[in-house]
Amino acid sequence: MEFVAQHAVLVVSLVKIVILLFLTLTTLAYLTWFERKVVAHIQSRWGPYYVGAHGLLQPLADGVKFLFKEDVTPAGADKFLYVLAPFLALSLALTTIALIPFGPATITILGQPTQLIVANVNIGLMFLFAITSIGVYGLALAGWSSNSKYPLLGGLRSSAQMISYEVALTLSVVGVVLLAGTLNFNEMVSDQTGYYRYLPFIPRWHVFPQIIGFLCYFTSAIAETNRVPFDLPEAETELVAGFHTEYSSFKFAMFFMAEYANMLTVSFLATILFLGGWLSPFPDSWTFLQYLPAVGLLGLGVYLGYDAVMGATGIARIQLVVITCGALALGALCLLPAVMPIIQGPFWFLLKVGGLLFFYVWTRGTLPRFRYDQLMSLGWKLLLPVSLVNLVGTALWIIFPLLVKH
Amino acid sequence: MSLPFILFFVFALIAIGGAVLLIMAREPIHSALSLILVMMSLAGLYLMLGAEFIASVQIIVYAGAVMVLFVFVIMLLNAGVEERTDYSKMAKYAGIPLGILLLLELAHWMHHSLIGQTPANGAGSANVMVSTRDLSMQLFQKYLFPFEATSILILIAILGALVLAKRDE
Repeated sequence: MEFVAQHAVLVVSLVKIVILLFLTLTTLAYLTWFERKVVAHIQSRWGPYYVGAHGLLQPLADGVKFLFKEDVTPAGADKFLYVLAPFLALSLALTTIALIPFGPATITILGQPTQLIVANVNIGLMFLFAITSIGVYGLALAGWSSNSKYPLLGGLRSSAQMISYEVALTLSVVGVVLLAGTLNFNEMVSDQTGYYRYLPFIPRWHVFPQIIGFLCYFTSAIAETNRVPFDLPEAETELVAGFHTEYSSFKFAMFFMAEYANMLTVSFLATILFLGGWLSPFPDSWTFLQYLPAVGLLGLGVYLGYDAVMGATGIARIQLVVITCGALALGALCLLPAVMPIIQGPFWFLLKVGGLLFFYVWTRGTLPRFRYDQLMSLGWKLLLPVSLVNLVGTALWIIFPLLVKH
Repeated sequence: MSLPFILFFVFALIAIGGAVLLIMAREPIHSALSLILVMMSLAGLYLMLGAEFIASVQIIVYAGAVMVLFVFVIMLLNAGVEERTDYSKMAKYAGIPLGILLLLELAHWMHHSLIGQTPANGAGSANVMVSTRDLSMQLFQKYLFPFEATSILILIAILGALVLAKRDE
């Protein structure tokens, strides 16, 4: 017990990591469901429908399928690197989530002041870029170690693409760093509290002065995570499946999860940098808004209950009843005075992240894939100069009042 | 045995192991990966010295950018396994004694100079973190001229590389 008392920070962090890991992995699984559902409805289909009510057990079935598939290692593959690559991709993608603050810096849980963040690093943004900059090795090594030409081409493409867009991605957020004057995520979000003096209904989110930076950031982020319309590394019409062609079973699932984890990370980052993080867009005086999470969950419960009674049949009806009870119970939990202040931050944060993720899937359902030279020229000839101009413009905007004053 | 003390040896051993592996590996890509390992453990050591900005820049620039290009080129050229040559006689008769001499010299000076006496900020002692603000103040005020001179030097190097690459046309 003495060790526990001495290393209280360590123990608290471990508890947070376990909770966060569980939540993140569940979210990753259901993100696949979300994506398939949304894309299906965009294309006038139903999407997953048969495994569980509304296909809600589909991620579970997919996971079991991946676990029990044969794990093939191609002949002549570099065994060590072949195994290392998916681990590297997934572990780095998950590590970044430890740096993300989900709520205000000071919050009280069980009478203890706690932060809703695993590692509150002084230079969170730099650290996050450091981790993501190594993420490219997962893809490159997977392509190389498979000893097969399509993965090699996919790996080469992915590393070239990720290096190119990393430059634009990093430059597009420097404007925000200049405005906030810090590299710490908590301080960046706190910097966005309040409203503009002359436009008191617009919150001081960085997305408004940095709209160009935001557009550059999100475009580069889609390219950085190898998603449609920039999914050249796994262009199935040209490269079978790109860097993970030779991977099967759970190693393939790990790449899949890493891609979704990266999607989550860039959406988290966009929310923190540009969209005010956990801050509500409405004034503090609107206290009735703190019932919003509860109302949302209760509304969901009522809707699902209606669906269970009127729409579903058989086993799906039982599943829907269970989910309804869960949603109603969570909604009631959100009404407790002990819980209500804690969930306000995460609620707004996750709402914004959910919006960005929906945008991600929407893009995938709408846009065709770029050609490789178009991808490269977009990155180097449009996004990079535009974000550079944005950076210089922001710097001048900040320095000009100081120069006038002197 | 404090935690930073143990961590120092972990990072140091990983760095040395990676450096040995870098020379011993026959596959070029293994060498490149060992070099990344060395750079990462160096970043860990910087972090323990309280230089978190330098640590993350070390990872972003060296492990993230420079080494990605190395790996990229090795993959692009599909470089094969290196052949072992006979170790040169020079290395055996001159290199090893000189290496040992250098090590002894370093050990001697570390033992007798201030480096061995005062604990560096952070490692095992007081938890001093150099803030990014302090670092940039130093860099852009006191050391402005060397900083700008270095960036011009890098620019010249980039132009040189372009000239060399374009020569054939």
